[in-house]
Amino acid sequence: MSGPSLAVFGATSAIAEQLARRFAAKRARLFLVARDGARLERIAADLSLRGAASIATRAADLDDPAVLAPLLEAMEAAIGVPEIVLVAFGTLGDQAAIARDVEATRRSLGTNFVSPACLLTALAGRMESAGRGLLVVLTSVAGERGRASNYVYGAAKGGLSTFLEGLRHRLAPTGVRVLDVRPGPVATPMTAGLGLSGPLLAAPERVAADIERAIEKRRSVLYTPWFWRWIMLVIRALPEPIFHRTRL
Amino acid sequence: MVSAFPEVEDRLSWGRVHRARHRLARPTHPRAAADALAARGDRSVLGFGLGRSYGDSCLNPGGLLIETPGLDRLLAFDPERGILRAEAGCTLADLLVTVVGRPAPGGGVWCLPVSPGTRFVTLGGAIANDVHGKNHGLAGSFGRHVLALRLLRSDRGLLDCGPEREGELFRATIGGLGLTGLILEVTLRLERVPGLLLEVEDRRFDDLEGFYRLVEDSTAWPYTVAWVDCLARGPRLGRGIFSRARHLEGGPPGPMPPAEPRLAVPFAPPVSPLNRWTLGAFNALLWRRLGRAGRRVRTLPWHRFLYPLDAIEGWNRLYGARGFHQHQCVVPPKTAPETVRRLLETIAGSGQGSFLAVLKTLGPLPSPGLLSFPMEGTTLALDFPERGAATAALLDRLDRIVLEAGGRLYPAKDGRMSAEVFRAGFPAWRRLAAAADPAFSSAFWRRVGPAADRPALERAA
Repeated sequence: MSGPSLAVFGATSAIAEQLARRFAAKRARLFLVARDGARLERIAADLSLRGAASIATRAADLDDPAVLAPLLEAMEAAIGVPEIVLVAFGTLGDQAAIARDVEATRRSLGTNFVSPACLLTALAGRMESAGRGLLVVLTSVAGERGRASNYVYGAAKGGLSTFLEGLRHRLAPTGVRVLDVRPGPVATPMTAGLGLSGPLLAAPERVAADIERAIEKRRSVLYTPWFWRWIMLVIRALPEPIFHRTRL
Repeated sequence: MVSAFPEVEDRLSWGRVHRARHRLARPTHPRAAADALAARGDRSVLGFGLGRSYGDSCLNPGGLLIETPGLDRLLAFDPERGILRAEAGCTLADLLVTVVGRPAPGGGVWCLPVSPGTRFVTLGGAIANDVHGKNHGLAGSFGRHVLALRLLRSDRGLLDCGPEREGELFRATIGGLGLTGLILEVTLRLERVPGLLLEVEDRRFDDLEGFYRLVEDSTAWPYTVAWVDCLARGPRLGRGIFSRARHLEGGPPGPMPPAEPRLAVPFAPPVSPLNRWTLGAFNALLWRRLGRAGRRVRTLPWHRFLYPLDAIEGWNRLYGARGFHQHQCVVPPKTAPETVRRLLETIAGSGQGSFLAVLKTLGPLPSPGLLSFPMEGTTLALDFPERGAATAALLDRLDRIVLEAGGRLYPAKDGRMSAEVFRAGFPAWRRLAAAADPAFSSAFWRRVGPAADRPALERAA
């Protein structure tokens, strides 16, 4: 007897790995994709020992549009059209450097918006044909207001949230669902060195637990930890003259 | 270096007396750990797991810490032979909900061969301190069950070691306080047990003779431990409760439920609720709970018996803002009864009662570790709230008694023993110094290791 089927794109992300562990404990069938094949194999071994009913992996760079079709073929061969897909890849990058570099800006928008949007388009078509499925996508609270400290990343994530909103609208009659996960800063390699600590920095284990609960409760948008919904409400409402005096 | 060790944070050890600022790296895969080590510059490094060491052996003030909880993957498990390979940041709690309880061929289930009094320790920490458990007589220390280690060294890179391969480095790493390099992977042999339910019997004893009689009477019980009432004096000196346990057959199969702590101490109260009056009441209560018969038999899940304090998250905060010291010694069998009596008399006379006084006998099974703490004899573990000079003087007196008896102190519990006390207890310390990674150090090691012999001025530089 095996549990749900889950495909993870960006499986070496700390949040993705924690969520995959929760599904492994439920005897899920897993399909994992990440750029770094060696790290992926280590994670797959772990998930297998934690109870996954089956695991297939593919090392691929999702910024390369040519990989998409064969990758999704491999996914269907391994687990069929999955019940749940997690799209977790992304890069924060060094905003100060990106802000003055056209190529770096293009790359950041590509990895954080264009690539996931293309992947989701391909996945949505397959789920639509199957008449069921759930797309879980990591965006960010950074997408809710452009800020000097990370607006390129924020713009990509904000764009992705808008994309998800529209996708959810389109898929509403089909039975395919879309969950937009907007974490605050999470203690992962991505945020190391930003000088963040204390109660505003969430553990990836906690974010994964929140996502699992949001999946069970069939939510559309998740702020995790929960207080970010209210923090962002305030930040979005700040008038520009005041906002410009902050160093957010 | 800044990019490899991006965070600067305070780290506090479990006793909450020692606090120091460190630069931290939190690798989530082995190559990131190697990158961090390579980028250390001229600062010293130490691995840091869950910070359950009580004193300063897990701290490296002014230096770098490589935190290992992100390296927590299970890599391979052989269900036929019970052999597990895992990254060293895996916790025992993690193993409890994954491999422990899996069926063993020919009946029974796989279980941790040795576990300390908390499951919230990493495999790396269990090895670096060569921890022991309530079943030491039967199983020896944790290091006896380690088949192989993968170390990351600043001078030699990745290195696999075991009893036959790089044997001296292997033996130096078991109980080596993290000084021989970063432990990345561990191969561990689990133990087959009939089931994960225990038959537990609690028995009252009136004095130390009573304790040793129960020890004699309990050779068929793999787990034994005793609590001692440290406030009792005169004819009641050494009274306490002896607990022994053995595995029952059957019980719920499969991994254990993730037992989250049921209670929590969210912050350290400014004044500790633990004082001699509350302590006296607590001890009297425990003593009377066994009723007239002085005996109670229960069936408990394995983890409830092994980890009573894990039920209270942050129990170490109960000692208040100043924290506490733990003093754990082991003394050889010959001198043990007399020495334990002297230790208890000294504590009772000082009026600084210990909240948790745990008495246990350790068996003769040797550890492969050069600086392993467990040896045959009796071990006494005590907690003392930090009260400055009075506490320091009492602990010094206890050290003296242990030293005269030919005993030693547990470095994992210590933040203050002198180089003299350490070296008398661990005569092989120079072999650890020789096997240590030149880039690794700790506050503890600077106090008791070779650096302690250099003039203070040079040490400060």
